[in-house]
Amino acid sequence: MNHVLDPSQHKQPEPKVSILSTWPALRAETVLPVVPKVGAGAGLPARSGVGLKPEHFRDVLEARPDIGFFEVHAENYMVDGGPFHHFLGRIREHYPLSLHGVGLSIGAECPIDEAHLDRLDALIRRYQPASFSEHLAWSSHGEVFFNDLLPVPYDRATLNRVCDHVDRVQERLQRQMLIENPSTYLEFEASTMNEAAFLTEVIHRTGCGLLLDVNNVHVSCVNHGRDALAYIGSLPLDTVGEIHLAGFATDHDAAGAPLLIDSHGSPVDEAVWGLYAAVLARTGPMPTLLERDNDVPGLAALLAEAQRAEDLMRVPAEPTRRGLDRGRS
Amino acid sequence: MTQAAFAAALLAPELPCPAGIRTWNGSDPGARLAVHRNNVVSSLIDAVACSFPVVQELVGEEFFRAMASVFVRQHPPRSRVLAHYGADFAEFVDGFAPARPVPYLGDVARLEMARVLAQHAADADALTAQMLGQAMSGGVDPGALQLVCHPSISVVVSDHAIVSLWAAHQGEVDLSAVDPALPESALVLRPGLDVLVLRLPPGAARFVMALQAGAGLADAAALAAGEAIDFDLSNVLALLMSHGALTSVQVPWSPWP
Repeated sequence: MNHVLDPSQHKQPEPKVSILSTWPALRAETVLPVVPKVGAGAGLPARSGVGLKPEHFRDVLEARPDIGFFEVHAENYMVDGGPFHHFLGRIREHYPLSLHGVGLSIGAECPIDEAHLDRLDALIRRYQPASFSEHLAWSSHGEVFFNDLLPVPYDRATLNRVCDHVDRVQERLQRQMLIENPSTYLEFEASTMNEAAFLTEVIHRTGCGLLLDVNNVHVSCVNHGRDALAYIGSLPLDTVGEIHLAGFATDHDAAGAPLLIDSHGSPVDEAVWGLYAAVLARTGPMPTLLERDNDVPGLAALLAEAQRAEDLMRVPAEPTRRGLDRGRS
Repeated sequence: MTQAAFAAALLAPELPCPAGIRTWNGSDPGARLAVHRNNVVSSLIDAVACSFPVVQELVGEEFFRAMASVFVRQHPPRSRVLAHYGADFAEFVDGFAPARPVPYLGDVARLEMARVLAQHAADADALTAQMLGQAMSGGVDPGALQLVCHPSISVVVSDHAIVSLWAAHQGEVDLSAVDPALPESALVLRPGLDVLVLRLPPGAARFVMALQAGAGLADAAALAAGEAIDFDLSNVLALLMSHGALTSVQVPWSPWP
């Protein structure tokens, strides 16, 4: 089976290793805020983007692919210096950035980690991302960080807590955040509302936006025997600030029913492309990220998937259908 | 279901599935909880594997992942930033009985962890010969000058040939020519974008560690010479400066101007 969060922070960008290297010592970078030429704070462009991987740093700077934006996991850049900041700073000069957190643990029973918020604030000041997003999930308990996105029950107590946490994040960072619908494998007896109703309430109460992960919609709906189109139709689609697309792995539960795993380790499935087209028909073109965190292929393969998303965005929506759907939602 | 119960079950596969979990089709929730149990453990093993590739090559992937699965359950991350996860892996390896036939494994892990720390350490400009010359001619006792090391620097002292073993796994040295029983000390640093691993000459490890502890040049050199009779100060200074290992010179405060 696979996992959600990427280990790429440990990867070296095409390391040049040598015992007694003749590689000249480069001038170290002075840490100054990046002065972006494009897209600070005004939201991501309605184009496709890809996750920025250390193994692609040099390729990106050399080839400068025509792509709408790059997204990084915030926690990978919470380090003092080195090549990650060097390359992100340079790449940020040419592309809008989406900062995607995986460690804030918004669904946790414990309060938001203020030290982590400080680190996020420093990154946001330095790189001025067009978007900051996090997950409807928890990943830390006590001192332990689990490196996984763990599920919450959809009840009043959790709703109040998540809203308090989102309020605190937005207050501290002085900006709107997007919250991502999760991939889930389990449900809780304590839940008193469905996931879409829970997310809708969080969005309405806090003013945050929705990061609609279409792969997560497909994964969760298959895993719980739900209708994905009905789920999408019950979300506040007018609050979507970004869409995620990714691949999943297929397993089975104890009864032999399909159990999809949000693995980010394969190309986007045809079923997810179909749902994506249905979402676009309602929302129009949207900033769309192709997520790939495991078995990462070459940059060209990621860009080809991004191009497919962009092609779908450019297909004119059929007017009557779109109008009908808008009216219904 | 509390998150405490869920959290405990994640790292302890022998615990039953926490109460309060249901599935739409009435299937055993344990099979679904297993997705999270696997996500946690396998993603953390992957993180360890990324940081310790030579340790993995030395023992093979199967042994490594089995060893790492014990490690991640005993030492789950205490930080939401995984960059430095595995800082206590070398110590764990030292005490991991099945790894005892490979006595240098823990020290190779120390070398690889030093590389991870160097990778993400703060950036700093290198000390130039001109800056050093100016400090030396500033009218102060040159032996009292304090040389400041680059923030990325680590020294790894070993009773084993850790630099040669590591280099052999980069394809730079023929592994069959390496005698693991020869002691070697490594200097790990990242003066620019790339992490360097240097084999330190005799006494140099002691010298750099003394500099890191704030010793003056003369005291550090005396400590190194006490350990290695052939310690060559000018040679070691040239080696350090040519690789950007030093960043500045501090003149110690003196009450007599």
